[in-house]
Amino acid sequence: MAANVDQIFVHLMQMMVDRVPDAVAPWVRAAVGVGAVLGLFGLLFGLTTVCERKGIARMQNRLGPNRVGPFGFLQFAADGIKSLTKEDVVPRSADRVVHYLAPLALLTPVVLTFLVLPFGRNMVLMHVDTGLLFFFAAGASTELAVFMAGWSSRNKYSLLGAMRAIAQMISYELPFILSTVGVVMIAGTLSTVGIVESQAARPGEWLARWNLFTPWGLAAFLLFLIAAFAEANRSPFDLPEGESEIVAGYFIEYSGFKFALFFMAEYLGMFASSGMAVTLFLGGWTAPVAALDWIPSWLWFFGKLLALIALFIWVRGTTPRLRMDQLMDFAWKFMLPLALLILPVVAVWHYLGGGWRGWLFCTPVLAAAYVLLGRALVGRRRIQRRVYRYAGEGVAS
Amino acid sequence: MLTLDADGKQGGGGGVDRRFEVLPAGVESNGEGGSLLEISMGPQHPSTHGVFRMDVVLDGETVVRLKPVFGYLHRNHEKIAENASYLAAMPYTDRLDYFCSLTNNWAYALAVEKLAGLQVPERAEFLRVITAELTRLQNHVCLAGFLMQDMGASGTPLMYGFREREKILDLFESLTGARMMCNYMRFGGCRTDAPPGWLEEARGVVDRFPRFLDEFENLLSGNEIMMARTQGVGVLTRELAVSASVTGPVLRACGVDYDLRKVDGYGIYPRFHFRVPLGDHGDTYDRYMIRILEMRESLAILRQALDQIPEGPVIDPKAKLRGFRPKPGEAYGRIEAPKGELGFYLISDGTANPYRYRVRPPSLINLTVLEDLCLGHNVADTVTILGSIDIVLGEVDR
Repeated sequence: MAANVDQIFVHLMQMMVDRVPDAVAPWVRAAVGVGAVLGLFGLLFGLTTVCERKGIARMQNRLGPNRVGPFGFLQFAADGIKSLTKEDVVPRSADRVVHYLAPLALLTPVVLTFLVLPFGRNMVLMHVDTGLLFFFAAGASTELAVFMAGWSSRNKYSLLGAMRAIAQMISYELPFILSTVGVVMIAGTLSTVGIVESQAARPGEWLARWNLFTPWGLAAFLLFLIAAFAEANRSPFDLPEGESEIVAGYFIEYSGFKFALFFMAEYLGMFASSGMAVTLFLGGWTAPVAALDWIPSWLWFFGKLLALIALFIWVRGTTPRLRMDQLMDFAWKFMLPLALLILPVVAVWHYLGGGWRGWLFCTPVLAAAYVLLGRALVGRRRIQRRVYRYAGEGVAS
Repeated sequence: MLTLDADGKQGGGGGVDRRFEVLPAGVESNGEGGSLLEISMGPQHPSTHGVFRMDVVLDGETVVRLKPVFGYLHRNHEKIAENASYLAAMPYTDRLDYFCSLTNNWAYALAVEKLAGLQVPERAEFLRVITAELTRLQNHVCLAGFLMQDMGASGTPLMYGFREREKILDLFESLTGARMMCNYMRFGGCRTDAPPGWLEEARGVVDRFPRFLDEFENLLSGNEIMMARTQGVGVLTRELAVSASVTGPVLRACGVDYDLRKVDGYGIYPRFHFRVPLGDHGDTYDRYMIRILEMRESLAILRQALDQIPEGPVIDPKAKLRGFRPKPGEAYGRIEAPKGELGFYLISDGTANPYRYRVRPPSLINLTVLEDLCLGHNVADTVTILGSIDIVLGEVDR
């Protein structure tokens, strides 16, 4: 029974494919799969926007959207209709063709990254041996679209936003990718499915072998997550669209549904990075302990995905924004050295075969690197709480 | 660096001889083979706190020139006041710094009382101190919230600040009948006495306020991003601050001990025990922290005032509301408003309306150092520096 529920979507797909002639079967398989993923993540995008607004509203003593549909959960539909019916304004001096293509060029590669994410056991749209490489290749091409948008709008704010976006995304691409290399070294494969399977509990083990449960895995997960925040342009790294500074950044001149496409691409990018974080470090669709294996694999994947999305929302409601130079310092002087250090640490972990000897070696090295790099990054600028004095008195609290 | 000219087109340059002129017309070189980008931040911009414009010239993202442009909200406040009776100008003062209508009222009332030689009853003095310090509290929480908003904290600190401000505005509403445009002070006292139970309510708000301040500070004062964004940013030197006649928390953040509540001792401030916090760096973080510390001192004043407030009339019975004609002369009344020294200069020629009515707005005068603070920093910092100066355009433009 549990196995049937686990494979319910795989069976459904198989039933559909069985009913059509063999010649068109691969096409049907592709169309149905892509349609399902697009529909599912499209809906998730809509619901996430509502949940984000409601969640942040709660953090801020507000109610958030609560008028459209039950508890306001249809707000995204109203927003979608609104953005579809709004006038599409293109600046007179804009490069019309590039301006038109930019949102499409942004959305397409983002959607492509979902091809290699395993959503459950036997549930991956495209099983390729170089899935991870494909993910990063597709994900990295969004930078072009961002610059297309910023440049073609012929607006100074959008130009500034595009410059910021390019600098930020390229800088964070390095720790983003480097932090995953350790996982590849341990799993011995670039295939996302293979990476997930390598993290499942072996027969007879009670605990899964998630990469998160190792010292280097934890460090790499945090690096990956921080880089994912930056790649997704989410607070505290939302400089390319920093509202209080450059109004809306690279998509300032977009309105109507083109704006909604940017918005959607951003959220889908966030889902894709979260999904990859789940795949690489949180064991994908595997259960953390073998005793919970009866829960369907796709529930595990989406549960973990939603937890990470909640984290994204929580952080957005809490932190102020970094400045450009601080952002760069953080990427190049802290995250990159740490990501590079993780590689030899992973090698030693592999050589020692994990276990307590691995912990004994890896933990102090990583902790020391964290402390030293952090000191080097912050200490030079003397960032600290201060003590204030009062007129006519000495130093007071 | 790539750049665009005024029409937003790349290149252009009209009749310029392109053999020698590499850059389009109106674009300057930065001396290193790049060119400068001029951006007009405002009057429609999320972070200029109203209709204010900063003409910023950028080299990359670094500010090389900044020109504050204001006047979009000019509404002839001084001239209108000169053509109306003394009392008729009182509601207009509410609209100067619309966050702090009660302190505006007080400064104007103080000037007129000096001019006409009116005495203020004891209870009215206490009410003035209580409302002024409550005003300071709500101004500073909003400032801290807006500053964080400018820093990109997507509304959370701002809403926390507004939650506390609401409680204080509720107090204002039950005391004066209006939440923001209070129009409460009169020459020689206050318009009405506190309604029954109001002082206890105020007491409750004051007692609960420190808990909010602690929470706010836990969330933000030690936040690494917040400290990294503000420490060492927008340093105002003591010399510049004094020579530019900057006042208020901005001045005290540079370490200059100048608080009119201590210097002038107007009203009954000398009776209260409170301290004046001073900063040593003069940067944005100091300006923020000075306000947080000032709020704690305001709470101390409020506690003492609420304990000691006597019974009695709230307005000088001799004060004339109709046919008020002070003797010819001049007077300058000034108070420590939340944003700095707020002064009203009045000349009377013996008629029912002032011959000259002049406001010394702290927002405007503090704003004059904006360019000095911003040079060399980048766009993101100009926004936080502007936020830390604390301006209200109603007062800048008048």
